[in-house]
Amino acid sequence: MTEIKASMAGSVWKIVASEGAQVNDGEDIAILESMKMEIPIPAETSGTVKELKVSEGDFVNEGDVIAIIE
Amino acid sequence: MFQKILIANRGEIASRIIRTCQRLNIETVAVYSEADQQAPYVQMADESYLIGKPRVNESYLNVDKILQVAKDSGAEAIHPGYGLLSENAEFAKRTEEAGLTFIGPDADVIAKMGDKIAARAEMKAAGVPIIPGTEDAVANTDDAKKIAGEFGYPVMLKAAAGGGGIGMQAVYNDEELEKAFEGNSKRAQAFFGDGKMFIEKLIEHPRHIEIQVLADRHGNAVHLFERECSIQRRHQKVVEEAPSPVLSEETREKMGESALKAVASLGYSNAGTIEFLVDDEENFYFLEMNTRLQVEHPVTEQITGIDLVEQQLRVADGEHLSIKQKDLIIDGHAIEVRIYAEDPNTFYPSPGKLTKMVLPEGPGVRHELAVEGDSQVTPFYDPMIAKLVIHGENREDAIERLTKALHEYEIEGIKCNLTMLKRVVTHEKFKEGETKTTFVENYYLPTLTNH
Repeated sequence: MTEIKASMAGSVWKIVASEGAQVNDGEDIAILESMKMEIPIPAETSGTVKELKVSEGDFVNEGDVIAIIE
Repeated sequence: MFQKILIANRGEIASRIIRTCQRLNIETVAVYSEADQQAPYVQMADESYLIGKPRVNESYLNVDKILQVAKDSGAEAIHPGYGLLSENAEFAKRTEEAGLTFIGPDADVIAKMGDKIAARAEMKAAGVPIIPGTEDAVANTDDAKKIAGEFGYPVMLKAAAGGGGIGMQAVYNDEELEKAFEGNSKRAQAFFGDGKMFIEKLIEHPRHIEIQVLADRHGNAVHLFERECSIQRRHQKVVEEAPSPVLSEETREKMGESALKAVASLGYSNAGTIEFLVDDEENFYFLEMNTRLQVEHPVTEQITGIDLVEQQLRVADGEHLSIKQKDLIIDGHAIEVRIYAEDPNTFYPSPGKLTKMVLPEGPGVRHELAVEGDSQVTPFYDPMIAKLVIHGENREDAIERLTKALHEYEIEGIKCNLTMLKRVVTHEKFKEGETKTTFVENYYLPTLTNH
């Protein structure tokens, strides 16, 4: 099980992957918006998206869990 | 003169506008979002009003709310700063309809210069040089060669329906054009269902040089020389200077005249900037007009001794421009660097808690600050947290002072681009004035891999 965490504070602009989906290492899970820039949050491992912990529009702090991949 | 104005902006520019107002005994009204409660400008203003949540749509872009605060507080005019609502024609119009003065040009001028095609047509009619390009689709290779001959190589082939590079190709001679034209047209047809092609002259490794203008409501206008802003990352300026390190006096005059032609043709009033691309032979071409104060306006203030915000307030209030072109001279050299809260290697933003900020002092050093030590840098807005502006007797002197100031500058708690700025301004190519828009790519990024 791998927790995918926000690399910086920002708001969740887009959720790219859906729960139950297969993702590959490096594929984007979500895109944050921070300081007017879009920051992709990639999966750091290949697997199934077990749970998405955030919704579009949510504010996250650095280190907050975005998704869990199994 | 106005008794009280509202500033519809935030950060360093709000503070900068308040400073001039304080000097002129004009009361100031600030607006702020929940994320900016602790921002220095909120404390500096005579009155401050919370207007909403951190996201700009719910605060700084909320026209109804801002106009309501302006009316309730008794402000007579609104200064829009830069970014946010500053080039929003609808906001300018509604400000005037509410019986307040918009400190900027008329709404229809803002609208016109905000539309790329209309702006290009307007500038062409005014006699301002524009990048040569076809207005209609080019029928075939033979016609394309004829047009390329007129513009001079290199030229850019562009698919009418394109975007993202498909159907787009730079060609440097007839032979390359022959090979490329039909192929790109076919690809565009396949991708977009439209094979129409346009041709535009390609300006290679251009410099970005802009002319500051100032005009009153009575047809008087001056230009305040140029600013060179070629050093950019992610298409945003990082280092700006005035005058340009390379421009000849003859080109400077020609660019100034062109800028004034644009002002006259538009019936422009207030401060504005005409941006040009300039090639190695000092040919210059209209890029766009910014119908507002620019981030980098301080370098112009340093070399002319003119407070641009004061002039904006005066002409907005209907005063005649008191400055004459013949009285304007360039005094020394000024350089501004933008301090961004970001990783200096990847240019990714770095919001967070600023724990320490040490500012250099000395002759010719000016600071514009959006933050202060021990404060939160929010992820909701632009990463620019400060500007350092240096004035010197000449460019060499300014670079020397800037280098010293950058070494004394300290920011802790968040990542920032101070190391990048130090490398840029001490680079031989910067000292030589090789300040092209390709500078970061050609000279800065390679220094990172060497480390």
